[in-house]
Amino acid sequence: MQIKVNGVERSYDGDPNLPLLWYVRDVLGLTGTKFGCGMALCGACTVHQDGKAIRSCVTSVSAAVGKEITTIEAVSKNGLHPVQEKWIEFNVPQCGYCQTGQIMQAISLLKDKPKPSDEDIDAGMAGNICRCGTYQRIRAAIKAAAGENA
Amino acid sequence: MSDSILNVSRRGFLQGIVSTGALILSVRMVPEFLWAAETSVGTHADRAALHPSLFVGIDTDGTVYLVAARSEMGTTSRTSVPLILADELDADWKRVKLEQAIGDKRYGDQDTDGSHSIRDGFGIMREAGATARLMLTQAAAQKWGVPVSECESDLHVIVHRRTKRKAGYGELAAAAAKLPVPKKEDLQFKPSSAWRYIGKGATSYDLADICTGKAGFGMDAHLEGMVFASVEHPPVLGGKVKSYDEKAPLQVKGVKQTIPIKPFTPPHHFQPLGGVAVIADNTWAAFQGRKKLNVSWDNGANASYNSDEYRKELQETARKPGKVARNIGDVDAVFAKGGKTMEAEYYLPHLAHATMEPPVAMADFRDGKVTIWAPTQSPQAVQETVAQELGIPPENVVCHVSLLGGGFGRKSKPDYAAEAAILSKAVGKPVKVVWSREDDIKFGYYHAVSAMYMKAALDEKGMPTAWLQRSVFPPIGSTFALNTTYGDGGDLGQGWIDLPFDIPNHRAENGPAENHVRIGWLRSVANIYHAFAAQSFANELAHASGRDSVEYLLELIGPARIIDVKATAPDYDNYDGSPAEFPLDTARMRRVVQLAAEKAGWGKRNLGKGSGMGIAVHRSFLTYVATVVEVEVDDKGEVKIPSVHTAVDAGIVVNPEATRAQFEGA
Repeated sequence: MQIKVNGVERSYDGDPNLPLLWYVRDVLGLTGTKFGCGMALCGACTVHQDGKAIRSCVTSVSAAVGKEITTIEAVSKNGLHPVQEKWIEFNVPQCGYCQTGQIMQAISLLKDKPKPSDEDIDAGMAGNICRCGTYQRIRAAIKAAAGENA
Repeated sequence: MSDSILNVSRRGFLQGIVSTGALILSVRMVPEFLWAAETSVGTHADRAALHPSLFVGIDTDGTVYLVAARSEMGTTSRTSVPLILADELDADWKRVKLEQAIGDKRYGDQDTDGSHSIRDGFGIMREAGATARLMLTQAAAQKWGVPVSECESDLHVIVHRRTKRKAGYGELAAAAAKLPVPKKEDLQFKPSSAWRYIGKGATSYDLADICTGKAGFGMDAHLEGMVFASVEHPPVLGGKVKSYDEKAPLQVKGVKQTIPIKPFTPPHHFQPLGGVAVIADNTWAAFQGRKKLNVSWDNGANASYNSDEYRKELQETARKPGKVARNIGDVDAVFAKGGKTMEAEYYLPHLAHATMEPPVAMADFRDGKVTIWAPTQSPQAVQETVAQELGIPPENVVCHVSLLGGGFGRKSKPDYAAEAAILSKAVGKPVKVVWSREDDIKFGYYHAVSAMYMKAALDEKGMPTAWLQRSVFPPIGSTFALNTTYGDGGDLGQGWIDLPFDIPNHRAENGPAENHVRIGWLRSVANIYHAFAAQSFANELAHASGRDSVEYLLELIGPARIIDVKATAPDYDNYDGSPAEFPLDTARMRRVVQLAAEKAGWGKRNLGKGSGMGIAVHRSFLTYVATVVEVEVDDKGEVKIPSVHTAVDAGIVVNPEATRAQFEGA
């Protein structure tokens, strides 16, 4: 089968049930996408499928055939994505492990709701867990990014 | 395995480790300095033109290499400790490159736990910085033929004000290196008024890499030719494999082999739990292979452990007299007199660390030596544990420290790194062991379950004239020695035998509890249950007496004074801090209570129906913290927390923003 990740199409002949997470991490070596739970409970593995956030740990490689998969490594064509800029400006991360997933989710959220309310942010980000508890800063960074998008 | 890796050059190692970013996958590069430098050639700091300390090197181009010997798990230890050195050196932080130290006794204590990285590092970093600065100053004075006393540092330069001459650190490095390293007594430290970074802080050195996915966590380690492993652990502590299906897992595409891991020899310490490993060419295949192992276990003596029964056992123990750990006056005499008393019991369950990044490590064993890449809070413990497991000397274990996707004490225990080492030796290839989330939760070093019993006699104002408290929990010591059932001075010194209240009769006791699971440090450790019990009881007494909690708490703490805890609690260790430098100071405790109450608008805000505020204060690891929590409960019993106000006195704070972030997260 042919899998397209970050604009590059590759052939794959391994187990079609292999979750996309492990395809991008262990096969492609794109380690910005993280393993946290393997059950779509934490959001650390979030990537974009045709521009929308999905959990790569429960999406099989075969389900990604014919789709455009984008990982954190290619989320911005040049330099930092505005959401990444805000993440840095608001000094969001502590340990940082969940943050690439948070950023991928936030970018997707802002595509759907360019001016999200607090409730929109809470609902849109509810599936992304941060064990360090950086939620206040995540919310602030998303709001600031929304301002910039306008 | 490529030749570049067999050839133990620094470059070789770097080429072998993947970071990310590149779409061209054959070029697997790690961002420079992200992983520890290789041991045989030392660090960049070691090789720099001027290298007066293990922790700093200055090159002729002015680059300052600083060695971070503590681990980064989100608290900014990796950034904030070297930042102290940069400050004392008057170095431009933008021209600093950080290098992560491998595990090596030459760096002294490298454990990033117990809230002591800044405390331990402060003096060492300032000394190293002042040493380098003095040598640069002497070199400049020599160059200009002026007295050293007329020269001083400014940002990354030495200046001679009178003649307005300046020389950059890079320019002076080679000449400074020819000078003898000054003695400690000749050093002059910057006054706090001249600090550039201490108290102002800096963002994490890894901030941008974290936000772009380039940061190297343990989970991201990679070597060409490596295989992936996942371990089926015994479901019960001390369990052993009776039999398993060696063949069925091989039906899973990508699975290569299965390898048994021997059970630990008690006490378990940091040894692997044992079980059966599945080796595969990707992580997921290893996970799938485990499902087909069909292991039959001999579960052993802990199989009957039931946390409900155990809870009752701890509570019953807490109701009986225990070992006296601190005594003031005579609580029994007061209770015998009769009068108003109150009793309460508190219980806290086991807690799992649940780091976002589950335990993971990569190891490469060859020719009697092993190189480990791990997210670890203690690279020296990795060396010792792995050496013991493989029967090789600790110096033959090289431990590179990655970023940690959370630590919280779990990653002080390197059982997972030892698994990787054992498996690499068995397979003859680099192996990365990945724990699943289920593994992480099921096989942790849990925070101790605990039961506390409290009793107080109250005077007519509702203030305690006697306060008895008993704490019962399986101690962390059970990890290291069999039949350890009582807490030590460290466990009890965390909020139990240092109750800072002004009560004439007080006794703190500890009852015995056997462990049936692994017990380990979890952020704040025994303070978690001790502060919960003591502060909850204080609030209950205030409530029962119809008193305002803040006013009551301040009266309980009593007047501003230094408490000599050891005088009444002989085993008290004050977090290994000298009582002279880090006394238990009730003035500081009072101040955080007052500040938190003031900022929260305690007693000044009109809280609606179903709303209220609560306050607690505690000194944990020498830091004073008071927190006011506002709570709303609606008609359905749903609880909301509209606000939390926390006042913190941690002494000198190097990185205030990082400290603030941690309290936001807490």
